[in-house]
Amino acid sequence: MSIFTEEQNGTRHLLMGNEAIVRGAIEAGLDVAAGYPGTPSSEIIETLAKYAEKNNHYVEWSVNEKVALEVAAAGSFSGLRSLAVMKQPGLNVASDFLLHLSASGTRGPMVLLCADDPGALSSINEGETRFYARLMEIPLIEPGNFQEAKDMMKWAFELSEEIRNIVLVRTVTRLSHASGNVTLGERKESVGKAFFKNDGFILDPMEGSVMSAPVAYKHGEQQVKLKRCAEIFEKSPFNVYEGPVNPELLIITSSICDLYSKEAVSLLNAEKRVGILKLGTTFPLPPKLIEQYLAKADKILIVEEVLPFLEESIKVLAAELAPTIGAKQFFGKANGDIPMVNELNPDIVVTALSSILGIEYKEVDEEYKKRASEICFFGSPARETTFCPGCPHRASFFSINKNISMDNRSGFTCGDIGCYSMGMLPGGFSTLKTLHAMGSGTGLASGFGKMTKFGMEQPVVSVCGDSTFFHSAMPPLVNAIHNNSNLTMIVLDNSGTAMTGFQPHPGLEVDATGSEAPKIDIPSVCKGMGVNVEVCDPFDLAKTQETLFKFLESDGVNVLVLKQICALSPEKKGKKMFNMSIDDSVCLGGECGCNKMCTRVLSCPGLIWDRETEKSTINDVICIGCGVCASVCPSGAIKKEEA
Amino acid sequence: MPELKYDPYNLIITGVGGQGNVMSSRIIGNMMSLKGFFVTIGETFGASQRGGSVMSHVRISTKETVSPQIPKGKAHMIVSLEPSETIRVLMDYGNPAVQVITNTRPTHPIGVISGQAEYPSDQNIEEWINEISSKAWFFDATEMAVKIGHPIFSNIIMAGALAATNELPLDREIFETIMNTKFNPDKAKSNLEAYDQGVASIV
Ligand SMILES: Cc1ncc(C[n+]2csc(CCOP(=O)(O)OP(=O)(O)O)c2C)c(N)n1
Ligand code: SF4
Repeated sequence: MSIFTEEQNGTRHLLMGNEAIVRGAIEAGLDVAAGYPGTPSSEIIETLAKYAEKNNHYVEWSVNEKVALEVAAAGSFSGLRSLAVMKQPGLNVASDFLLHLSASGTRGPMVLLCADDPGALSSINEGETRFYARLMEIPLIEPGNFQEAKDMMKWAFELSEEIRNIVLVRTVTRLSHASGNVTLGERKESVGKAFFKNDGFILDPMEGSVMSAPVAYKHGEQQVKLKRCAEIFEKSPFNVYEGPVNPELLIITSSICDLYSKEAVSLLNAEKRVGILKLGTTFPLPPKLIEQYLAKADKILIVEEVLPFLEESIKVLAAELAPTIGAKQFFGKANGDIPMVNELNPDIVVTALSSILGIEYKEVDEEYKKRASEICFFGSPARETTFCPGCPHRASFFSINKNISMDNRSGFTCGDIGCYSMGMLPGGFSTLKTLHAMGSGTGLASGFGKMTKFGMEQPVVSVCGDSTFFHSAMPPLVNAIHNNSNLTMIVLDNSGTAMTGFQPHPGLEVDATGSEAPKIDIPSVCKGMGVNVEVCDPFDLAKTQETLFKFLESDGVNVLVLKQICALSPEKKGKKMFNMSIDDSVCLGGECGCNKMCTRVLSCPGLIWDRETEKSTINDVICIGCGVCASVCPSGAIKKEEA
Repeated sequence: MPELKYDPYNLIITGVGGQGNVMSSRIIGNMMSLKGFFVTIGETFGASQRGGSVMSHVRISTKETVSPQIPKGKAHMIVSLEPSETIRVLMDYGNPAVQVITNTRPTHPIGVISGQAEYPSDQNIEEWINEISSKAWFFDATEMAVKIGHPIFSNIIMAGALAATNELPLDREIFETIMNTKFNPDKAKSNLEAYDQGVASIV
């Protein structure tokens, strides 16, 4: 019995935001879904894929977000209901197609779901989806709780059908990964039958060719659709006001910040003084609705995360409306009450509110806070994220770092996006010296490798994961080869997209639904491009280091594929490769000339340095028996035995 | 629906990535949701899964969905799978009335493994937690879990312990139903054993 395959209309469940989103799409009668993994969006395609066969949906993990949007658009052009799913940086990747798609318009209802990560809880940026709505001139809607995550997702398809353009739905980590109660609704039938009409009159939106030209004409049509949205939004049930008829202060907010705002008002017992206008339709804003509520209060506080998207739009409206509603005093990002970086929480909103309303607020007794902080200083040593015990990346970085140091020409490694980004941190021996977008490590390395012309003699290395290889590292590799650059590209192939939860990719024999699929072999692809390729097991430190040493010495482009499965992969989880033990009579402990290669240098969480005996020990609870520490110990005190 | 001691009741479940935090919060949340309460769970996964600190905020209300983040200083109960994490959470969310249930088995951060930082002694941890909470329970849930068959069961042991405090109306029958629908009979049995051992740990 699953809510993702059955009707269950009217039943109530505790759902994760992403599960609510999935149910919403299913209730809307989805046919086609495509995406590329990215926290916090990945569970959406994962769940849809799990039930794809039963629901007769087509669901895929695409090679990257641009292709995902294109695949979903093909569904729409064929008259089906389609969905593309990605995290915000993926929208940057897909944006070129989106610009043209939004001008060409859609046929079957099409929704683009983007998940933002304010506060970068699982990212290295806090990029914004909302501004794309303005840039691409497409409607943007934002659920503010779990019920709305389902309901608005369903509505997004209806809206797209009505205006015949793509609808952007934005969620955030604190909604997608949180859970709350949702009552299910009715399930619509899928369209189920695909046909691409293309021989009608060229300007016919439903039967002609689909394209963004003639530009002025299509652009004008697109803007008419947007005006229509603003009218629809005036009556949307997802724009909700709660509070007194004439509040002293009006909060305007959207997304998860609505729940933070409510909590803050309640913490200050300010329900009689403050009203909250929660907007579900944030672009284009419905002007009459905004006017109606702006007119109610003289002081307005805008509560939103990261950049002042709502704040700026509302101020423009308020300026236009000033002759009728009078001058307003605004609080928010511009006056510094609400920060422009990082995620929000109830405490930040309380601080802003208490200063505007002049109500004192103390989260906890000062004495308590002081003592708890002192205790925490000694009682809670910092806990840095690091590679799992038995992670192949730890072994890979151990070797890369050692080779580069031994080479002694100030060589460096350009990083990329995945679990191996932690190669930036001490747990990865601080090996990575640059870290940007997916595929950028090899792009940068391609450029660095040409700086020889200006006297740069440092060896250049780039790393890239297997999923990243297909997503966006092939073009920079081609670039490096064609332009005669000098670099060693290391593909850290752990047989999956690990960081985001081990989704499959084109290098594997399975697709999103678990069915067999043709696999594209990374070494063969590189060989086809004409470069020298070698494959090693990163757990074989000696062979890896020998090969890397050779590559660092040679000119041109070389690719080293370090192949070993992720420790958290379903194949490996719970299974030990080796039983590890430490021979106390051999471990020299504190006296060892190596100065603790095992714990101080390798620093695998599976090892413990026993302060009393001054010897290394294995933490059996978490060690998965990769055996790497045995190769690191110079005394040979760490023993491995086939498990 | 029974009344709650506080509305919303603010529960934090904490630990280290990989200890089964999310599972524990979902099971407790589901047990309360099935009784008709509004449950909001906020959690962080992703990067923090890789050996970092993890925390789930479970908020239970008779009235409504609330913020997935508990305001600072407003926890009523902290259930922790790792002792130094208990202290970290107390600093941000503790208050003189807060209660604590904590596993006593440390998971050393890499700073401690590599020798740059010190891990506090068991005795200090216990004294400190007692000092900044109104009531605290300590036991080695990992040890008990390993005996049941896998360290992961410590998350269910903690759920059982929470039930035994009677702070929240958690019913064993509902737990049993959830286990039987979610897991095969073998796994369900081990989970029930873990739950019961957790209950027995609260004295
Ligand atoms: C454009 C873009 N899309 C998606 C992501 C999300 N993301 C972060 S890490 C990662 C996985 C990369 O997998 P892989 O390269 O195989 O490395 P692994 O995590 O397996 O080590 C993804 C998809 C992102 N950061 N940027
Ligand atoms: S999930 Fe896999 S790749 Fe990521 S840190 Fe853990 S073992 Fe390494």
